[in-house]
Amino acid sequence: MIQDIVSIRLPVDETYHIQKNSISHGTGKRICVVTGIHGDELEGQYVCFLLAQKLLSQIESLHGTVDIYPAANPLGIDSINRGLPGFDLDMNRTFPGSDTGDMVEFTAMKLVEDLMGADLVFDIHASNIYLTEIPQIRINEKNADELVPLARLSNVDLIWVHGNSTVLESTLAYSLNSRGTPCLVAEMGVGMRLTEKYGRQFCDGIFSLMKHLDMWDGDTLPVREPLICDNPDEVVFLNAPTSGMFMKTKEHGSWVSKGETVGYIFDPLRGEIREYINADKSGLLFTIREYPLVAEGSLMGRILAREANR
Amino acid sequence: MKESVIYSTSSLYRDDFRVKAYTFGRGEKALCIVGAMRGNEYQQIYICSQLMRYFRQWEQDGRFIAGKQVMLIPSVNPSSMNIGKRFWAIDNTDINRMFPGYSLGETTQRIAAGVFEVINKYQSGIQLTSFYMPGDFSPHVRMMRTGYENVEKARDFGFPYIVIRNPRPYDTTTLNYNLQIWETDAYSLYSNTTSRIDPQSASKVIEGIERFMILGGMLTGEASADCSQSRVFEYGDLISLRSTQAGLYHRLAEADTHVKKDTPVAEIYDPGSGDILETLYAPSDGVIFFQHNDPLVYAYTAAVKLLADLPQA
Repeated sequence: MIQDIVSIRLPVDETYHIQKNSISHGTGKRICVVTGIHGDELEGQYVCFLLAQKLLSQIESLHGTVDIYPAANPLGIDSINRGLPGFDLDMNRTFPGSDTGDMVEFTAMKLVEDLMGADLVFDIHASNIYLTEIPQIRINEKNADELVPLARLSNVDLIWVHGNSTVLESTLAYSLNSRGTPCLVAEMGVGMRLTEKYGRQFCDGIFSLMKHLDMWDGDTLPVREPLICDNPDEVVFLNAPTSGMFMKTKEHGSWVSKGETVGYIFDPLRGEIREYINADKSGLLFTIREYPLVAEGSLMGRILAREANR
Repeated sequence: MKESVIYSTSSLYRDDFRVKAYTFGRGEKALCIVGAMRGNEYQQIYICSQLMRYFRQWEQDGRFIAGKQVMLIPSVNPSSMNIGKRFWAIDNTDINRMFPGYSLGETTQRIAAGVFEVINKYQSGIQLTSFYMPGDFSPHVRMMRTGYENVEKARDFGFPYIVIRNPRPYDTTTLNYNLQIWETDAYSLYSNTTSRIDPQSASKVIEGIERFMILGGMLTGEASADCSQSRVFEYGDLISLRSTQAGLYHRLAEADTHVKKDTPVAEIYDPGSGDILETLYAPSDGVIFFQHNDPLVYAYTAAVKLLADLPQA
């Protein structure tokens, strides 16, 4: 059943809707799948499609409710804007919202209200247009005890438990977790693109978690064992030492050795290579630069410092 | 005056990005003034351009007090302003959400770190800043409540209003917040406009800065006669007049004007029929502290913020 969470008139003959598809059968728990907070992150669109398609075709196997919110920021998605068009704001810095704030804060509040009380929420992101990521779940260290066991069942390659920071308190995930509704943040793929295999992988993970929550008695596939990183010293950031165009020579998900080149920055005008980007440590290259233009400081990649296959 | 580049970085095809600073006087680092940090802060860079003229004149006239140094940074983000972008053009990040910065981090974190390292050595910092919503303000000094805010010294600007705001999570990465935490007295000065140059309002800000410098022992001269008592209030004391309708927005009262209770201050029209959908009225006597200035308005917008008059003694 498709429902409006928010319905607000815009200035010129248009109504702003945030919608969910509430798919329910029998009695049981409720999970929510939210995506599209950033309008340029589309990987979750395919997950929502696969999830709704399978649920509706095998509805008798569902025991509970799955609420699918494919577009938390519909204006952004439909106009290819990361933020909230008209406000120039990052929606994921507006939570938990307020009923005395503007349209943005009101929308954020309505979304949080609608998600509250769910047994589990997935907030699916797709990195951004600059970086490609392997499928992963990111968890604030404050919620690690509760969330890591659930994340392990979600069929991702990596669980990254990161430190708390005040600015992250404005995110949807923080707002939900701090109010007692568990929320897992997924990152996968790259902005403005769909990666079919990641969509399928993550959708399989959702069904595996639904089985764990006694909401699904249909088929599921075995989930992969994720790497778990809860030590900040294990994550190595590679930043551009200079500006230029970047050519990657390693794909995300590759295991690299210390000193190995993952790409290079070149100057097309002069026909010169400006810098090689080398791995500072051996490990899993779980993030790699995708957008070729870089400036000094641009993030080029992240390595999980581990021995291969550990 | 001494010109210096306090941060620079290269671009592939564009000219180098440079943050320039101009210092006047030598000695104790007394005051740093930061102008435009976002690409649409035209009024803020205009104020700095005019301050530069005054500063050079004051230097010629020997008005800078020996042993004090004052720095002026007109623009922290020239490369965005040059192409009509508000934020950092490559990744749309806001430099004023990157403080205190990180010198090994991403581009705007590095810019923030490079600038912050210079500014936080000063005893006082002034940022000429703008609001995230389109609108005009009553000129005021704004400070965040961090436990380090120096409200008494803020009175030296002689502005009619000093606004104290409790920081929200996203405020903790602004320049003002971090300067206070790192023990520089920080003041955000709001002129009445952002993306439109208003010379009259700019003059008032410049007068306020001159007054602050005279009373702070940086500049010789008499503090201007306009030393009205600043009214100090919490940001939450402002009464928001929120639109319930969306449409074309027509202002009936300008920012910084006084209105009587029940005065209509704005109307919202239906773009199709031309009918008035809603009229916003002043709920009490007071000053229009903020007035929306976009031709369109969304529903739920705090289009007007009114500062109610204090009750008569």
